[in-house]
Amino acid sequence: MKKEDVILELINVNKKYDDSFAVENFNLYVKKGEFVTFLGPSGCGKTTTLRMIAGFELPTSGEILLNGKDISQLPPFKRPLNTVFQRYALFPHLDVYDNIAFGLKLKKIPYKTKDKKGNLVTKLRKFTREEIDEKVTKALKIVDLEAFEGRNVSTLSGGQQQRVAIARAIVNEPEILLLDEPLGALDLKMRKEMQLELKEMHRKLGITFIYVTHDQEEALTMSDTIVIMKDGQIQQIGTPLDIYNEPQNAFVADFIGESNIYSGTMIGEKKVRFLGKQWDCVDSFPINEKVDVVVRPEDIKIKPLGEGNVNAKIVNKIFKGINYQFTAMVGNNEVLIQSTNDRAINQEVSLSIKPELIHIMKREFSTNRYSDAYIDKNNQVVFAGVSWDCDVTQILPGSSLNEEGYLISKDGKKYDLSDFDVIADIDMHDIEISDDLEDGNIVGEIIQMVWKGDHYQLIVRTEDEEDFVVDTVWTWNEFDKVSVKIDPKKIKLKAKADLSKYEI
Amino acid sequence: MVKFPRLKKFLAKFYIYLVLLVMYLPILVLMIFSFSPSDTLGNWDEGFSFELYGRLFRNEALMTAVGNTLLIAIVSAIVSTIIGTLGAVGVFYSKKKTRKTVETMTQLPVVNAEIVMALSLAVVFKTLNTSYSFFTLLIGHVVLTVAFVYLNVKPKLVQMDPNTYEAALDLGSTPWFAMFKVILPEILPGILSGFMIALTLSLDDFVLTQYLKEPSFETISTYIQKIVTKHPIPAEVRALTTLLALAVFASVILITIYNNKKANVVVKGRRK
Repeated sequence: MKKEDVILELINVNKKYDDSFAVENFNLYVKKGEFVTFLGPSGCGKTTTLRMIAGFELPTSGEILLNGKDISQLPPFKRPLNTVFQRYALFPHLDVYDNIAFGLKLKKIPYKTKDKKGNLVTKLRKFTREEIDEKVTKALKIVDLEAFEGRNVSTLSGGQQQRVAIARAIVNEPEILLLDEPLGALDLKMRKEMQLELKEMHRKLGITFIYVTHDQEEALTMSDTIVIMKDGQIQQIGTPLDIYNEPQNAFVADFIGESNIYSGTMIGEKKVRFLGKQWDCVDSFPINEKVDVVVRPEDIKIKPLGEGNVNAKIVNKIFKGINYQFTAMVGNNEVLIQSTNDRAINQEVSLSIKPELIHIMKREFSTNRYSDAYIDKNNQVVFAGVSWDCDVTQILPGSSLNEEGYLISKDGKKYDLSDFDVIADIDMHDIEISDDLEDGNIVGEIIQMVWKGDHYQLIVRTEDEEDFVVDTVWTWNEFDKVSVKIDPKKIKLKAKADLSKYEI
Repeated sequence: MVKFPRLKKFLAKFYIYLVLLVMYLPILVLMIFSFSPSDTLGNWDEGFSFELYGRLFRNEALMTAVGNTLLIAIVSAIVSTIIGTLGAVGVFYSKKKTRKTVETMTQLPVVNAEIVMALSLAVVFKTLNTSYSFFTLLIGHVVLTVAFVYLNVKPKLVQMDPNTYEAALDLGSTPWFAMFKVILPEILPGILSGFMIALTLSLDDFVLTQYLKEPSFETISTYIQKIVTKHPIPAEVRALTTLLALAVFASVILITIYNNKKANVVVKGRRK
């Protein structure tokens, strides 16, 4: 990629509020004329990032380069960018014309003139009334609001107000147009229309668009590049097609489109086992690696019994207009299938999936691992801000604790385990969560939830920003406050430091 | 099910008119008898005349008091409006902690007994060894009214789309320009009603004025209070209150018309 093609670059941008990161380690470059969308659930930091580009927020650290120059500390009125706000933010005391002309009236443009000595100098002047008139008329034409100049903005419908807001921004010919969920307040039909119109505008104007939305369909429809965010961090950057077909992790797969996500194991070269069967696939992973498997509902074929790879029973169907959506059960696992052919509920069928349509992802979490754990004076293991009463004899097979609290090995060596560093692993099945906050050892909030066929995989984040990954069959809600309960006997310990140095 | 819809409607109307009557009847009586020169109210023996109005304008002491009242009311209302508006804008855009603190503090003058405020200010001025003057009185009236301006401007700021100010900056305006061209027009109705409340509060204030004024300086209320201790209320005060009431009615009606006009759909012609 050529350097001159890049219009905007964000390098290691961080935004911290009090103690938590709203945006963390954000790195992105935007090419001239590109349509980039920041996509993610609410609170993922997408709007904060946009506001940092616009200048309404200053990054805690990092650089924002516009055409190679750092603008991260400039006030918004000195940045050649314009924003379309979610709730329009029109000036109610001005009419449509004056709203659109607001920026033009303030703008100073350079022009060349001769001074008294006859030298050519560059001075700044304002736009003339005729120039403003011409530009406003053109902008109104672009947004299809000719003849609305004199209207009071409060008399316009939501869609019309949004158009005025867009005209007010593009009339200034910004280098980048920033759009903060601009269609969020419109109804569905209007939104679909505006999506296409915005896309068309982007094509005609050639301005770079940076668009923020939580609507994955909108992002897929409009963007050249999608940036998926979660918890202030970028999850994946790619074209809509890449992101749909090759999601990088279970969160992306779950967030974009509908999907079936299962835990699987690689059992051979390009062979994976999930739903209790072996499947051919096209992704290479080491044998025995635990993986996440994604299959899109439209990629599953329903066949008569015996003709597919796995038997299933249809338990539910919904007519969706262009197709049916079936829920089938394979053992305890739910499978979501979309098909144009009708099937009866309770029908026994067989399912097949083409190898190239099985997408295999590296598993983000196979276990909860705390590598910064240590043993305290009382032979308790400390991690995640809590002391756990674990069996510390695990770190040396055949050892035992004497009554003074020293570890005695098989061959009679004595160790003092105070401050000994260990790695603690807890299996996802061994963590229980409860809504009784007094019940568990530690309290946190559910920040992510992914359905994996027969169970949910949750991430519970504690106040100290420690994450616990939990497998559970019970339904919880995002942002539920829960307590995490771990049986200390189930915590697996491994020595991290050299045990021989602790011999006494 | 409504059994007697007509009766119910009649009773509802009757009640509201009754309340209005009780509210406005005393003013009406006063207005009518301002055209009777009799010294005792309710006496119509001397017939209709404008004599009281003549006497009012010839009563020099009373006219000075009227002048003083208007002067202190207008000056203090202007000062309060400026301080209150800037304060409201500043507080609205500051951190949550500052905002909450200031908000609680502005509640105090509203619920506080005026006598407490008057006494405490008197004590402050005494401690600072300041002699009472127009200036001390002005400070007193500003302290009395500034919270009301703040409380009138604040809701307008809250109603404003929070992005409006940012939108102005985004379009290239400096923070000051945005303040005057975007925020101020938006909150103008709040500023106006804040000004009106400050004006009326100051106009009829007695307690605070009595404590903080220069001894020779009289406003309408302190002047009448002074007279009443020795004489009956002079009859021309009826004419004065009538004029005051009419002035207040007129301004209330004007403000209502202004606000309605703003709310109405105004479709301007195309500009060329």
